Amino acid sequence: MAKKLPEINSSSTADIAFLLLSFFLMTSNMEQNSGLQRRLPPMPDENQKVQNQKINRRNIIVVKINSADRLMAGNEPIDVSMLKFKIKEFLINANNDPKLPEKENKTIEGYGDYMVSKGVISLQNDRGTSYQAYIAVQNEIVKAIDELRDDFSKANYGKPYLSLDEDHQKIVREAIPQNISEAEPKDVSKN
Amino acid sequence: MAKFGRSGKKEVPGLTTASMSDIVFMLLFFFMVTTQLRETENKVMVKLPEASQSAKLERKDLAAYINVGPPVQHLQAQYGNDARIQLNDSFRTVDDIRDFIATERESKSEADRQFMTVAIRADENVRMGIITDIKQELRRCSALKIMYSARKPSAD
Repeated sequence: MAKKLPEINSSSTADIAFLLLSFFLMTSNMEQNSGLQRRLPPMPDENQKVQNQKINRRNIIVVKINSADRLMAGNEPIDVSMLKFKIKEFLINANNDPKLPEKENKTIEGYGDYMVSKGVISLQNDRGTSYQAYIAVQNEIVKAIDELRDDFSKANYGKPYLSLDEDHQKIVREAIPQNISEAEPKDVSKN
Repeated sequence: MAKFGRSGKKEVPGLTTASMSDIVFMLLFFFMVTTQLRETENKVMVKLPEASQSAKLERKDLAAYINVGPPVQHLQAQYGNDARIQLNDSFRTVDDIRDFIATERESKSEADRQFMTVAIRADENVRMGIITDIKQELRRCSALKIMYSARKPSAD
């Protein structure tokens, strides 16, 4: 009297799996977490004297954005699209112009001596500046520095910065530092 | 010769669907592993600004998020449409950031605490005033690693 058990119909497992699949498809958010990474300067101590003034004037380019999202770079109004070239020119200083930042001979481990620019980009914004404009400016500055790094790494290693290995990237980062100072909040509307 | 020519009427064998469930299960597992259920409800509308140079955040688990933007449509009657800060699940002010950072730090392991990144997810239309306040507060809490969340432009 051994009765054969009927086989379980497995054709519906696909449906069940599809159901689950569509659930996870809908709830998953493949959110890209990308953005511009920055390091904020530490808060100065109350009783510590401000030492920032010591930086030589020629080493600083001031980029100001006012509340109407207008841009000033180094005392002249400029368009966002031109900012990249301005920054590059400022940081390269090919002809050793006395108005542009000085260079310091630095020994980089694994590379040798290189004239590292001492230029600092100081970014100032108004409280009324729109975030979009601010990010656009940040982006242009990063783009300028990224392109300089690419040039450097292509000249020395024959490939773009991002495809270098970690050690070489470090050398390039040292040769072309990203010195962006996000200044203390200031009202630039009067300028 | 006859051996090969013999088959006169050939029927196309039916497609076997037995392996379909395997394929679907494979997909299912992929999505189950990669998915992370949304923990917090978005109370502010955030349309990230575009930035072509944005880089990926390496350690997603070490990020703390600060959302800034106007409240979502159905909350605007209650809260107005001024830009607000959302921490975790509720509207907060700049003063609450200190506690928020402290709790976020606590939740990370000891070794990873210094690598914690605060991602500022702000709407592209907010004014810099509120962002500056947040930045100043973050400096005061010495959470100095920050990231301005941005998306890559869709087409160059």
